[in-house]
Amino acid sequence: MKRYKILGMILTGLVMAAPSQAQIRVDITGGISAPMPIAVPAMPTPAAANTPAGATAALGRQVADVITNDLKNSGLFAPMGPGSVRPVAFKQVVSPDFPYWTGTGAQALVQGFVQANGDGTLTVGCYLYDVFSRTEMTRQGYVVPPAQWRRAAHKCADTVYTRLTGEGPYFDSRIVYVSESGPKNNRTKRLAIMDQDGANHRFITNGQNIVLTPRYSPNGSKIVYMTFAGRQPRVYVYDVGTGTQRLVVSQANMTFSPRFSPDGRYIVFSIAVNGNTDIYRVSAGGGSPQRLTTAPGIDTSASYSPDGSKIVFESDRSGAQQLYVMNADGSNQQRISFGSGRYATPVWSPRGDLIAFTKIGGGFSIGVMSPGGGNEKILTGGWQDEGPSWSPNGRVISFFRTAQGSGKADLWSVDLTGVNERPIPTPLDGSDPSWGPLLP
Amino acid sequence: MMNTTTKVLLTASLLAVAACSKKKPEELPPPPAQSQVPAMPETSGPVSGTAVPGSRADFLAQVGSDTIHFDTDKYDINAEASGILTRQAAWLNANPSVRATIEGHADERGTREYNLALGDRRANSVKNFLVNNGVSSAQLATISYGKERPVATGSDEGSWAENRRAVTVVPE
Repeated sequence: MKRYKILGMILTGLVMAAPSQAQIRVDITGGISAPMPIAVPAMPTPAAANTPAGATAALGRQVADVITNDLKNSGLFAPMGPGSVRPVAFKQVVSPDFPYWTGTGAQALVQGFVQANGDGTLTVGCYLYDVFSRTEMTRQGYVVPPAQWRRAAHKCADTVYTRLTGEGPYFDSRIVYVSESGPKNNRTKRLAIMDQDGANHRFITNGQNIVLTPRYSPNGSKIVYMTFAGRQPRVYVYDVGTGTQRLVVSQANMTFSPRFSPDGRYIVFSIAVNGNTDIYRVSAGGGSPQRLTTAPGIDTSASYSPDGSKIVFESDRSGAQQLYVMNADGSNQQRISFGSGRYATPVWSPRGDLIAFTKIGGGFSIGVMSPGGGNEKILTGGWQDEGPSWSPNGRVISFFRTAQGSGKADLWSVDLTGVNERPIPTPLDGSDPSWGPLLP
Repeated sequence: MMNTTTKVLLTASLLAVAACSKKKPEELPPPPAQSQVPAMPETSGPVSGTAVPGSRADFLAQVGSDTIHFDTDKYDINAEASGILTRQAAWLNANPSVRATIEGHADERGTREYNLALGDRRANSVKNFLVNNGVSSAQLATISYGKERPVATGSDEGSWAENRRAVTVVPE
């Protein structure tokens, strides 16, 4: 796969007004407060043209639809998309009809354009306005191959989200997960990659072998996962660019529960030896593993802190699954979970401030706590919610929810308020999501 | 240490076997059950009349079960399981050329990775029991399926109890 870096550029020549200071802002921590009304009209084109991805005029509406959907899914906005507000003329992109937008109730306005360039690329312009003060807040332009027009839309949504919330972007990112189908006692499982909104879905394994727990490398170029290929359950690395797969460690015993270090140089994983499971790390290129835990019992589900200095993991050394933090070399292992029930599958937030986990006690829920163990907050409650994975900005958690009885699993996301919980669309059932990095 | 004569004989017999097996495809293959049963020594099991000795059917017929069950989040061998495994060990000791794979499984009420480790615990618990009862560890392989391959598909105590299991799989 060709990796295409989308360069945000400052658009000039279309307007002279300089962006003014921020007037409006979305409070991301409140959760209960009403989502901000924001208008996202269809984007006009300066010159109608056909591209491999369709006509620029049609793309203008589709880009606005994608932005609308991203903003809606964040739970922080109540977007009025192309279906509910009138389209704008090209010259209005830089001089909005503010009286009309005031009448819609929108507090913010996202406008833009789609232009076909002579070299075959597209430019997507993206402008954010404060409707009340009638000022421009920011503008960006994105040059993309036509096939990647959705990425330009996600970049625009990220710009709007970031400008209005002060939080980092996350819409231009992908999710790898396990697509599931078939009867409960013989599920077919395939690795699949898709955009975070479910678009551009593709399968990367054929379902011949059980595959589990895929996790993106920090730059998104690789996926580490476990497969039962050859009835030898082992950890493999899949190269997204070449489509090739490689056994990480040649081992007589089961290797599983892999995850990359934040710098991508190591893979931390578990080896089960004669019923005893410990955590090891190995160079991402292979080699001999270094053992990090030695306690009798099951030590697994290791996840690095974003600075790479620590690892959070689960262990049943106390008699039941609990969370522990250790230094990256295995020293200074300290238990951090002390609430009622069991704690499993810890994942360190990319912001470093929280650890997401699966809480087992009656039901299975997704929760977060501080790395020191305090401030526990349960975010979800289903029959069985498990397998959290953080969005690149550390504000949203994807997980999977298994239904009682049928055993059917689906992907969901929830934000840190716990209020905005919604399904992530997949063609079949889904489990084990891993949210990849923000794309370049 | 083998002397030269033994080596020669061994080589000769190996060649004979090789020669036989090479010829085989040219002959009309006899029905497998008839061709093998009379050639092997009679086994003493009361219901093994139709099973090929050393086969999975024979194992099931003589042992009674290839599966034992565990309590929630446990991997110790209870009394009922002990009886089954003792018979499994006897059969494996009587059929030392058979290699078995012990599959460890967990019920759905656990997280995925922990259940893989728990299935490994259960499979190895069975393996250790069998080895302690005289079975060669070279005869035994283990694999954990975690919660990936339930036999009972309900979400209730009865189904979970069925799924918390270790299965000794003998080749057909």
